[in-house]
Amino acid sequence: MEEGVGDMILIINVCKEKLHYFEFVKPIEDILKKENVDFFTKHYLELTKKDLIKADKVIICGTSLKDNVFVDNIEKFEWIRDFEKPLLGICAGMQIVGLVGGGKLKMHLEIGYFYEDFRKKFLGVNEEVEVYHLHNNYVDFSDEFEIFNKGEVVQAAKHKLKDIYGVLFHPEVRNKKMILEFVKI
Amino acid sequence: MKLAVLFSGGKDSVLSAWLAKKNGYELSCLVSVVSKNKESFMFHTPSISMVKVQAKVMDVPLILHETEGVKEKELIDLENALLKAKNEFGIEGVVSGAVESVYQSSRVQKICNRLGLECFNPLWQKNQMEILDDLIKENFNVIIVGVFAYPLDKSFLGRKIDKKFVIEVEKLLNKFKINPAGEGGEFESFVLDCPLFKSELKVKSFEDFGEENSWRRELEI
Repeated sequence: MEEGVGDMILIINVCKEKLHYFEFVKPIEDILKKENVDFFTKHYLELTKKDLIKADKVIICGTSLKDNVFVDNIEKFEWIRDFEKPLLGICAGMQIVGLVGGGKLKMHLEIGYFYEDFRKKFLGVNEEVEVYHLHNNYVDFSDEFEIFNKGEVVQAAKHKLKDIYGVLFHPEVRNKKMILEFVKI
Repeated sequence: MKLAVLFSGGKDSVLSAWLAKKNGYELSCLVSVVSKNKESFMFHTPSISMVKVQAKVMDVPLILHETEGVKEKELIDLENALLKAKNEFGIEGVVSGAVESVYQSSRVQKICNRLGLECFNPLWQKNQMEILDDLIKENFNVIIVGVFAYPLDKSFLGRKIDKKFVIEVEKLLNKFKINPAGEGGEFESFVLDCPLFKSELKVKSFEDFGEENSWRRELEI
């Protein structure tokens, strides 16, 4: 296999259940592997300062519908406040980014394919696209963030001053290019 | 955690069950929904009656639930079967062999959510060739029991998934855009042996049904 090129991506696993790694973390690893992007994966409970220094970019993955343990452990993600490198939060990862940024958790169940309309270009997408949803909650973001989709439920958000992104849907299913756009930042 | 396996007897559901077991989960029961409709949207149908024999060599109780196989109504049958698994075996989660089908996986997710069960899809989005390689690596003995797309024909029935098969389907993938793991319904498989089985199953006899590029094999074990 060719040597990886470019940045080192840190993938953060937030799953409570070991078996969910295959469903929510491995698909992201596979996308990066296919494109020869260097990465390493850590569970958020085992994350060290060294890991955050080593990483050029961070992706926080999603987890299952029933798993909200990461919300109870939100203090483990306080490091995001001072983090200056690019970060992408997917589903649970987006909720984490939003909560640390002063947002409020709200209930809204969506499962399966839905169309989402982007009002502005967001990780290479600026039109109506089909996305895969799997969430019970979303975050009503604070003013620190700009919202990129139309509709009441925040599906795509970015910090106004930093390269911190969040998507509520799972781009690893239908919108793999968005993950690669993030890697290119 | 106690899990029910959504069990068709094919490679994906058995490999998912094996991944669960390997990662420390308890397989409390298998749930098989037998569809009277051979064109079922949700459920693998060839040789499903043989899941009884697989359950026996796995030493795991089986809940066999019959459905007419009418689109969406078969989901009520699945929900009832999982409710039975929850009440009788105290399951806390369900493991399925979904790989790419959002139609199947989102419906299972909704049912699990309603029943308060965790939902596990350990093969989700997995590269199709990687699944076939894993079967070989993990010493699975899997044969083809159904083909449903051109250029697959009767000659594929009974073929073992081995290195030769993998090379051949990889060529078909490139030439005809066939899904190499058959998850798009191109072919169906049956597991004769794997690390979950206490003994290997032997095919006593079989009968083939079909025409041209649509064939199924009913096994007698």
